[in-house]
Amino acid sequence: MLGIILIIIASLLVPGVIIRTKSIASGRKGPGLFQPLKDLRVLLRKGSVFSNTTGLIFRIAPSLSLASIVCALTLVPFGNQGALITFGADFVFFAYILSFGKFFAIIGALDCGSSFEGMGANREALYSMMVEPAFFILLGTFAMFTGYTSFTDIFYGFHLSDNNYILIFSVISFYLLIQIVMIENSRMPIDDPKTHLELTMIHEVMILDYSGFDKALLHIGTFLKYGIYGALITAILINTKWSIYIQIFAFFAVVVCLGVIIGLNESFRARNKMGKNPQFVLTLSGIALVAFVIVLLLMGKF
Amino acid sequence: MEGKKYIEVSNSQAVAIKDIPLLDYDDFYDYVVDELKIDTHHCLNYYCVDFGSRLWFVCCIACDELNIIRICSHELPKGEKSLRSITPECFQLHIFEREIHENFRIHFKGHPWLKPVRSSFKNDGTKLHVDAYPFLAFESEELHEVGVGPIHAGIIEPGHFRFICHGEKVLHLEISLGYQHRGIEQLFVKQNGLQRTILTESVAGDTAVGSSIAHAQLIESLADLPIPESLMIERCIGLELERFAIHIGDTSALCTDVAYQLGQVVNEALRTTIINTTQFWCGNRFGKGLVRPGGSNYPLNETVVDEIRNILKDSGNRYIDMADRIYTLPTVLSRFDGIGELTPEQAILIGAVGMAARSTSLGRDIRKSHPFQYFNQYQYEPVVLTTGDVLARGMLRYEESKKSVSMVNEFCSIWEGMAKEDTPRPVYDYGLKPLSFAISVVEAWRGELCHSAITDEQGNLAHYKIKDPSLHNWMALALAVRNQEISDFPVCNKSFNLSYCGNDI
Repeated sequence: MLGIILIIIASLLVPGVIIRTKSIASGRKGPGLFQPLKDLRVLLRKGSVFSNTTGLIFRIAPSLSLASIVCALTLVPFGNQGALITFGADFVFFAYILSFGKFFAIIGALDCGSSFEGMGANREALYSMMVEPAFFILLGTFAMFTGYTSFTDIFYGFHLSDNNYILIFSVISFYLLIQIVMIENSRMPIDDPKTHLELTMIHEVMILDYSGFDKALLHIGTFLKYGIYGALITAILINTKWSIYIQIFAFFAVVVCLGVIIGLNESFRARNKMGKNPQFVLTLSGIALVAFVIVLLLMGKF
Repeated sequence: MEGKKYIEVSNSQAVAIKDIPLLDYDDFYDYVVDELKIDTHHCLNYYCVDFGSRLWFVCCIACDELNIIRICSHELPKGEKSLRSITPECFQLHIFEREIHENFRIHFKGHPWLKPVRSSFKNDGTKLHVDAYPFLAFESEELHEVGVGPIHAGIIEPGHFRFICHGEKVLHLEISLGYQHRGIEQLFVKQNGLQRTILTESVAGDTAVGSSIAHAQLIESLADLPIPESLMIERCIGLELERFAIHIGDTSALCTDVAYQLGQVVNEALRTTIINTTQFWCGNRFGKGLVRPGGSNYPLNETVVDEIRNILKDSGNRYIDMADRIYTLPTVLSRFDGIGELTPEQAILIGAVGMAARSTSLGRDIRKSHPFQYFNQYQYEPVVLTTGDVLARGMLRYEESKKSVSMVNEFCSIWEGMAKEDTPRPVYDYGLKPLSFAISVVEAWRGELCHSAITDEQGNLAHYKIKDPSLHNWMALALAVRNQEISDFPVCNKSFNLSYCGNDI
């Protein structure tokens, strides 16, 4: 339970950290750390407006999307505290419960009949599909290495290993998870959350027709994903045998770092050309395969 | 004059209307087709004036290599409604014929597509609802249509873009403008001298200086107002400052569209320093009030020259640093290079002007070919790039900015070394030569800006016509995005940076 509370608190911090980093990097005063939360509060108090062309799916999509992310949250372990719910191969459930939410977000976007939203939904579906192999190869490698299949056991077992070369695998996993966060949360270089141009948007254009409370739900979902992936990254980097206070400190350090990395990345480079995105996303699967082979070699399983 | 098909004038030179040869339509047709076959010639303006009992059509053709403008005309008695279209032979006239068709209900036989340029009325005079606008239709299960606008996602002006796409690939883009019905040309005729100058500055707010120079030199030529050479230099300094400021702003916007934050914020800040210099000079950041016919309210002085020099030195260097970084950064290059290519053949076909032409090896620059103001004494060599993609249009801005900075510095030195007489005050109650025609062309930052006017027997303005470079170049955008990804449209659009209000006169 402690883990879930900490993840929620950390999630609410990340968007503020990203915005602060970007404004400092561009020499601007910029909004405060808590501005995204203030915006969220405003949205939560507003009602929603629905277009005449929308139907039931459009209305339930934001709630289902958030529900799926909260559901995934319960599967994430924190330090030596196990996850709230844990069972064998729960990482498969984790991936597909997130996809379930995404599926509703996508058909919700199709439901509103806008010429842009279908386009955005199409792109989001494509990139989510392409990033899936990377995630599964990564987690599969963890499972193979530790011999467990649930998040809690995998990360507990991972740090029991006395093989020091496993550090290589940690570094690659760290990199892959950071990239997966970027794709899942529609950040650069895949997507540009700041753009005003519908034709270039991916995630933003899908939620273009939502307003007020529903939009707030979608934003909360995005925020939570930062926390969830932050917790996964922490689990890879921080030894579960350490004291719980160090673990909490390390978790917040990782989450803030995540925000800073995203912020810096978005300040000093341009985003990808849309046509190059599939190639970029598929590269992650390639890197995951390399990690898989490394672990295979380390374990001498040939 | 017997047998002569055209009259030759230089930039902003008034001629009597009766001196302009009146051809019959077949001769006119052959002459225009022959003339426009030459790549260095293009149509500046072709329009129709209502003279009561007859319609008078005047066509101005710019001959770049001869530094002259050739004017010819033909007429049509009122009531006749049909002409043979020149467009099939010479595509660059398509937009002019469409405009005449819309304003005077002349049917051009053989014109491929006489759809409205800016009117919301059908050809028979009934109101055209947007649902009934004749967009290109297709019957295919595989293609889909994406409509953008007319309400813009950002803060700019109304325009509707309709894409026919195959997946992410654009097969066809149709641009429909004309949502702002401003009636500027009609207002010009009614208003007095001061009102006209203010109106000119509002034709396209981003080209206030260019536009008001075009207007001022047109009035000066029709009213025989002499202006001192120092004033000509001042106007050129104003024009080049405007060009530099807008080019920096465009570089910033290009960076925004590919989400390169550093390039965006640095250029935004630099642009402000330049337009603040214009404000220091004349009290308005966009140079409104700087150029007036016959004289100036804000003659250049030493303090302003020093300020301009200091700012240009500092901001100019910083812009060069930033632009060097932008155009060498791999992530930015991969977004600009080879995107939105316009070929020289296409540019010649549609009569592209200004930056769109110069980025694809077509050296059309009024500052060289039809010099105006101080460019008459100054040998300007236009920057010409060859690839015609977004990168070329970005680099062109970079190269032109460098030239503008060095030119402004040079002009400042020439101005300082000049024996200065008192700059006259602006003249607003001018008398114009009766029954005359004049055309004035200025290379504003976007391209050639063309103002022309006709006077009546009493020497009052009878007709005023404004042509923004965008009128030619919107077609260039439509051609450039073909077979591109639809997500690259914004950056293509920004690289042309065409005017909506310049089109919706």
